Formats: sequence, C-alpha cells, structure tokens
Amino acid sequence: MSSAPLYELRQVVKSYDARAVLKVVALDIHPGEILAVVGPSGAGKSTLLRLLNFLEFPESGALKYRGQPIQPDAAPLSLRREVTTVFQRSALLSTNVRRNVEYGLRLRGERGRQVEIQAVIERLGLTPLAHKPAQTLSGGEAQRVALARAIVLRPTVLLLDEPTANLDPYNVGLIETVVAELNREQGCTVVLVTHNVFQAHRLAHRVALLLGGSIVEIAETQTFFESPHDPRTSAFVKGEMVY
Amino acid sequence: MQVIWDGLREGLRMLFSGDAYLWEIIMLSAQVSGVALLLSAALGVPLGAVIGLTHFPGRRVVQALVYTGMGFPPVVIGLTVYLLLSRSGILGPLNWAWIPQLFTVPAMVLAQVIIATPLIIGYTMAAVAEVDPNLRLQLRALGATPHQVTWTVLKEARQGVIVALVGGLGSIISEVGAVMMVGGNIEGATRVLTTAIMLETRRGNLDLAIGLALVLLGLTFLINLTVAQFQRKSQ
Ligand SMILES: Nc1ncnc2c1ncn2[C@@H]1O[C@H](COP(=O)(O)OP(=O)(O)O)[C@@H](O)[C@H]1O
Ligand SMILES: [Mg+2]
Repeated sequence: MSSAPLYELRQVVKSYDARAVLKVVALDIHPGEILAVVGPSGAGKSTLLRLLNFLEFPESGALKYRGQPIQPDAAPLSLRREVTTVFQRSALLSTNVRRNVEYGLRLRGERGRQVEIQAVIERLGLTPLAHKPAQTLSGGEAQRVALARAIVLRPTVLLLDEPTANLDPYNVGLIETVVAELNREQGCTVVLVTHNVFQAHRLAHRVALLLGGSIVEIAETQTFFESPHDPRTSAFVKGEMVY
Repeated sequence: MQVIWDGLREGLRMLFSGDAYLWEIIMLSAQVSGVALLLSAALGVPLGAVIGLTHFPGRRVVQALVYTGMGFPPVVIGLTVYLLLSRSGILGPLNWAWIPQLFTVPAMVLAQVIIATPLIIGYTMAAVAEVDPNLRLQLRALGATPHQVTWTVLKEARQGVIVALVGGLGSIISEVGAVMMVGGNIEGATRVLTTAIMLETRRGNLDLAIGLALVLLGLTFLINLTVAQFQRKSQ
C-alpha cells in the first residue's frame, strides 16, 4: 500500500439528533483494495458508507477523497460520480431490467455503450430477464440488477451495504465472484459492509470492526482473523459477541 | 319526460350536423381548458415535486396553504380575479399589456389556473411523497443531480401525477362560477360549455342545454378513457 490513500478520514464525527453515531479517529482507504467493514447492527456501518459516497457529510473532522477535502454539500458532481453504492434493499425503478441497468449511464448522457451494457447484463446472468419489469424479480435477481447498474458505471469506488443479506448461495456466490473480478481486473476499490465474517474473509484484503461508531480494529484479513489485537475482535469473529 | 327526449334528440342532431353555435362553444371550451391545464401543470407539477421532496423552513405552512387552496371556493377566486382586473380594481388601472382584460379569454384562463394549480400541486405532492425515500438515496448514489432525482421520482410517481392532471382538468372543465364572473359569458368571445348550459337552461332552450351537457360529459369521459389507457400502458 505505497500509493496515496484514496480516502482519508480524520476525527470524523457524524451525529443524528445530537447523538454521535460515527466517530472515526483515522481511516485510510487505499486504491484498489477491498476493505470489509463488519460490526453489529447500529454500529454505524451504513452511515460510514453514506459519508464515503458523499450522500451525507460529517459535522466535524476532515474527509478527503483523492487528496481533496470534501466540503459539506459541495462534493463536485464529477467526484461524486466516481463512487456508487449498492444498498441492502435494492431500490429498483419501476421499469424493465435493462433500463434499470442503463439508468446511471443515462444520467451521464452516455447511452451509446450498448456492448458494455449487454456484457454486464450477461455477466450477472440477467439476459433472460432483460425485458422483465423489475418489480417482478426475486430478491436475488433484484440484487444482481442493482449490482449490474452499479458496475456498468465502471466506478472508481464501489460501496456495498450488506449486498447479499438474505440471499441464497447461488446469488451470494455470483455476486461475490463478480465483485472480486471487478476489483482484480479493473482495480475497483471496494468497501464491503457485511454481517457475514466468512464473506469478509473470502473477499477482503483488510477488515475493520466497527463498534458503537468507532473503529475498534483494522488489519490485514489474515491478522484480523488469526491474531487480532483487540479482544472484542476475537469475540466478534468467533460469534461470541453479545449484541 | 318528453322534454328530455326531445332535448336529447335535438342535442345530438345539432352536435352531428355541425351546428355553428354549438361548435364554436365546444372549440372555445377546449381551447380555454387546454391552455389553462398546460399552464397549471407547468406550475403545479414542479412546485408539487419540490414541496413534496425537499425540506425547507416553512414547508408545513406552505403545505397548509396548498391544501387551503385546493378547497378554495372557485367563486371567491372569481371575485378576487374580478377585483384585481376590473377598471376600478388593483391591476386593471395599471393598463399593462400583459395583464388580462376582464371579460376576455385570458381572464378566464387566469381564474382557472388559480383554481387548478393548488389541486395539481397538492396531488403531485402526495404522489411523490409515496415514492420510497430509499430510492432517492439510491438515485443520488448512482450520480443523479437534484434535478435528475426529481425527474426520476416524478416518473416513478407517474400514476399519481396523472391523477393530479386529471383532477386539475376536471376542475377546469367543470368550473362555471368564476368563469362566468371574469369571462362574462359573451357569445362568440367567452362563452364556454358550462356557462352556455347555464344560460340556455335559464332561457328555456333545453334541447341546446342538453346537447351542450352531452358534449361536456362525453369530453370528460374521453379524457378519462385516454388517461386510463395511458395508465395501463405505463404499468
Ligand atoms: N437518518 C437517521 N436519522 C437518525 N438516526 C439514524 C439515521 N441513520 C442512522 N441512524 C442511527 O445511527 C446509528 C447507526 O446506524 P447505521 O449506520 O444504519 O448502522 P449499521 O448500518 O451498522 O446497522 C443507529 O443507531 C441508527 O439508529
Ligand atoms: Mg446498515
């Protein structure tokens, strides 16, 4: 990890109704890495992703992206469009699958990339569903559409918020494979929020444990699982954490 | 009873024989309603979307005002427009070119726009509020600008927006009191279906009144049929 960090967070605090739900003393995210963020419900994982996608902004502290300080409500559109999120509940548009996949490109005025669109649809096994209304899809199909819609944008950063929660093994496997490929082949930086420590183990280069809004431990995947510094990390990894 | 049947037959005959008086009124009605709908939609849909989707100080007050506007008696709006435009009123004496003259088509359109716009704003507001807030977050995450978010949400809420437009058109096409006051029901100039029905009924020309009423009903039905068709396609 010699290159300059893609994201630098310092003393970042995010509150709702005067309650601090995220307090990140320091976090660097490096270009090309897959960082998994694990932690119990309410730890602040989704909040962290909203900050990383410039959808919300911290009250205090510094958030830098590619060396540029991001001012509240003033993330330039061009930077914002380098980052995208797949949420846990895939919010699809009430139109067919193909139009959902094209949506982000249309926003950018890039309708001509039919070959790429077709390739992504194919890659996620959506070809037979391309003309189906999105409302008629199963949970796993919908989540594949959401992933297709994100990766067709060739994002610099892909944020995944529990992308495979409640999915069957086939869909989990396909989504994980596509994410790993995207990272390997296009150097896409991935921040993966997951409840599933096995998934973190399979995909991530580094893992962070978020507890009560703070990063308790962040380490290379092997270290995180085999020789963590913090006793809470071992407890969480072993599934012993009471929450 | 006989009177009604005669009226029906005569009304249909006038309609299909292309009676000049009847058709003039029909065309003028269509024109006035069309222009009024276009203007109130151009105002009401974007305003409704913005009020429904953005949080700003005083939003609740604005919403309460819109709901008040939706239930405002059209006659009172007629009176207000009358007082504004009349020679002894507020805007009338200014004599500015863009201020409509009383007893003209633009004056009627103005009154109808004031009546229909709050309805369209209110229905649009409700329609966009139904769209999942998570979808809006997702659209922004996909790189949508605020305008693009609004536009997409309006498309998602299209059923409700159609209802808003139909509601607006319904209020426009059936409006009589305000249009009578500010238009004056002048033959060949400001006489529309509703005001003509009133006048001909009072004059005892029931056949003509029935013919006009049939047209009004038929027109309303046609509009709703088209909308229903459109709604089914967009589903
Ligand atoms: N928009 C919001 N308004 C108020 N509280 C919120 C909001 N979003 C999240 N929270 C609170 O912030 C805390 C962290 O939430 P979240 O980031 O969703 O956690 P996680 O994704 O780890 O489950 C929770 O206590 C949650 O209730
Ligand atoms: Mg969450």
